[in-house]
Amino acid sequence: MVSKTQNAKLDAKKTLEVVEEQFQTLQILNEVGEVVNEAAMPDLTDEQLQELMRRMVYSRILDQRSISLNRQGRLGFYAPTAGQEASQLASQFALEKEDFILPGYRDVPQIIWHGLPLYQAFLWSRGHFEGGQIPDGVNIAIPQIIIGAQYVQTAGVALGMKKRGAKSVAITYTGDGGTSQGDFYEGINFAGAYKAPAIFIVQNNRFAISTPVDKQSAAKTLAQKAVAAGIPGVQVDGMDPLAVYAAVHEARERALNGEGPTLIETLTYRYGPHTMAGDDPTRYRTADLDNEWEKKDPLVRFRKFLEKKGLWTEEKENEVIEQAKEDIKEAIKKADAAPKQKVTDLMSIMYEEMPQNLKEQYEIYKEKESK
Amino acid sequence: MAQMTMIQAITDALRVELSNDPNVLVFGEDVGVNGGVFRATEGLQKEFGEDRVFDTPLAESGIGGLAVGLSLQGFRPVPEIQFFGFVYEVMDSISGQAARLRYRTGGKFNAPITFRSPFGGGVHTPDMHADSLEGLMAQQPGVKVVIPSTPYDAKGLLISSIRDNDPVIFLEHMKLYRSFRQEVPEGEYTIPLGKAEVKREGTDVTIVTYGAMVHESLKAAEELEKEGHSAEVIDLRTVSPIDIETIIASVEKTGRAIVVQEAQKQAGIAANVVAEINDRAILSLEAPVLRVAAPDTVFAFPQAEAAWLPNYKDVIETAKKVLNF
Repeated sequence: MVSKTQNAKLDAKKTLEVVEEQFQTLQILNEVGEVVNEAAMPDLTDEQLQELMRRMVYSRILDQRSISLNRQGRLGFYAPTAGQEASQLASQFALEKEDFILPGYRDVPQIIWHGLPLYQAFLWSRGHFEGGQIPDGVNIAIPQIIIGAQYVQTAGVALGMKKRGAKSVAITYTGDGGTSQGDFYEGINFAGAYKAPAIFIVQNNRFAISTPVDKQSAAKTLAQKAVAAGIPGVQVDGMDPLAVYAAVHEARERALNGEGPTLIETLTYRYGPHTMAGDDPTRYRTADLDNEWEKKDPLVRFRKFLEKKGLWTEEKENEVIEQAKEDIKEAIKKADAAPKQKVTDLMSIMYEEMPQNLKEQYEIYKEKESK
Repeated sequence: MAQMTMIQAITDALRVELSNDPNVLVFGEDVGVNGGVFRATEGLQKEFGEDRVFDTPLAESGIGGLAVGLSLQGFRPVPEIQFFGFVYEVMDSISGQAARLRYRTGGKFNAPITFRSPFGGGVHTPDMHADSLEGLMAQQPGVKVVIPSTPYDAKGLLISSIRDNDPVIFLEHMKLYRSFRQEVPEGEYTIPLGKAEVKREGTDVTIVTYGAMVHESLKAAEELEKEGHSAEVIDLRTVSPIDIETIIASVEKTGRAIVVQEAQKQAGIAANVVAEINDRAILSLEAPVLRVAAPDTVFAFPQAEAAWLPNYKDVIETAKKVLNF
C-alpha cells in the first residue's frame, strides 16, 4: 500500500492526470517506414523481418479471399481482419509454439500461424465441428464469441502454466469494446493477483461494431485500465509491426521471469465491416476517417522499411500472394471434403458418455439419417 | 466408520480426491485459510498447501473462467460458488463455456469441473442465497446437476462428480449441512451419477423427490403408512440427467405418482419428471401425476419462508389427492 499519509493531498483529478500522462503511444516505425525510435527496436534478423512481412501479406490476401468466399456462400461467419495485420501477426510472431492463444472471433490469423490448419479455420467458419478439433500440440482455444470470456479463461490457462512450472505464456485478445466487460477486469485482476504469465491484448480498432471508443469509457487510454489491476500496461501504435512485436516480446520476457501479466493496447483500425453478416460501416464511420487510417497501413510502412533494407521486392510479394491463393484453394477443397455433419455427431460430443435421454434421441436420429 | 454431518462428508470427499489426483484443485472465495463460509474446506489448505487449495478474488465469473482455463491445462478444478444465488454472475462460464467446451472442440477438449455450491431454504438467509436454481441448470446440455440428500450420498456423489470428465453442478442444501449425522465410510467410494435411489419401498403411490424434500417426503410416507397407504419414495440424487428407468419401474408398480421439489412450480425438474412419466407410463396411471412445489414467486422473504417452503403436510395432501382420484 502507498504510504506518506502526512503529505497526502486530496486531489483525485491530479492523480488521474498524472497516470494518464504516463500512457504514451510507443511507435518504432512511422507511417512512411522510417525508424523513429531506434532504442526500442526489437532484435530481429533479416529472415525474421521477411517472415513477418510474408505473414502480413499472406493474411491480407486471406482476408480478401475470405470476404469473397463469404459472399459466394462458401464461408460462414467471418470477421474481416484487414488493417489489423500488425496488431494480430506481430503479436503472434513474438510467441513460441508452447505459448497458448485465446482468441476472439476476429483473431483467426493468429491461430492459423500458431498451427491451426487453414481448412479447419474454414470449417469453423462454416459451423462444422471438425473445425474445432484442434490438432495435438497446437496451443490455442477456439475463437471466443462471448466478449470477455477469453480474458477470464486466460487467467486460468496462465495460472495452470505457473502451477506446472511451464516456460510459456497465455495470450488473449479483445477489442476496445471488450474492455467495458466485467470479465475484462476480472481476467486482468485475477492474473495480476496470481502473478500469472499472461499477456492481455486490446486491439483498439476504434469501434465496437458501431460504438466509438470515446463512448465506451471515460478512460483516455485503454492501457491505463491496467493500473486498476496493479499490472503494467502499455499503448502501442497497432499499425506498426515492430512496436507491437517489441511490446509483446517484452511482456513475454517479464511473464517468464515470474513478474506477472501485462496489458497491451494496440491502436489499430479495421478497414472492413464488423462481420460479413450485414454490417455497414458507412452508417457510423466517415470516409475521411477511413482514409486517415488507411494512410497508416501496416503493410505499406513495413514494405517501405524492408525495401530500403533490400529485404523485399515486388517479386517476393507476388510469390507470397500466389502461395496464399494456392493454399486457400487447397484448403477450401479439403474443407469441402469433410463429411456432412449430422445431428447424431452433435449428440456424440455433448458428454464423454451419452446419458439415457440423449441415447434414446440418438436412436431416433440415427434412424432418420439412414433414410 | 465415522458418524459425519453432510458438511464433514463433503470435506472428506474433497480430501480423498485431493490425495488421489494431483490435478484436483479446490478454490473459491474464502476457501483457504478460512475453510469456506460453511467450513466445507476446513483444514484442506493446511493439509495440501496453497498451490492446491486457494482463495480467489471476489468475482464469480472470474472463478468460472479460471476453472475453464485450468481445464485447458489439464487440471480438474473444484471451484466453490459461495452461494448458488450468485450463479447468475457465472452463468456464462458454466453454460456458455464449460458446458460447451467438449462440443465446441468436436470432442478434443473437456472441462472436468465440479462447481460446488450451497443453496436451499429454511435457514433465513438474505436475498439471493437460498434459491433452488437446479431447473435453470438442468436445461443446459453439457452439464450434470447433482443434489445429495444425505452425508453418505454427498461423499460418494462428490467423488464421482470430481472424477467425471464433464462439468458437474454439485448443489449442497444448507439445511442438510448439519441437520443430522450418518455413518460414512473412510476413504474412497463412489455413487454413480444419473442413478436414483429408492429410499423407501411402497405399493400405492410413488413420491419422486430430491434434496431436502427427500426428508419431508419420507416423513409424509410414514404418516401415510399410519393411514394404510404405502408410499414409495425415490431420491433422484442427480436431477440432470434424471434416472427415468427407476421412476418408470416404480410408477408401473404403484400406478400413481407425485413429484416433490422445493423450487417454484414453474418449469423445473418436477415438470420434467411429470412429462417423462406421461411419455412412458401413461397406461399404468390410475391418476394424474401431481406436483408439490413452492409458489411461483421469487424466493420468500425470511418472514414468510416457513409458509412458502413445501413441507411434509403438503406432500401428504397431494399424495391423498392422487390416492383418492
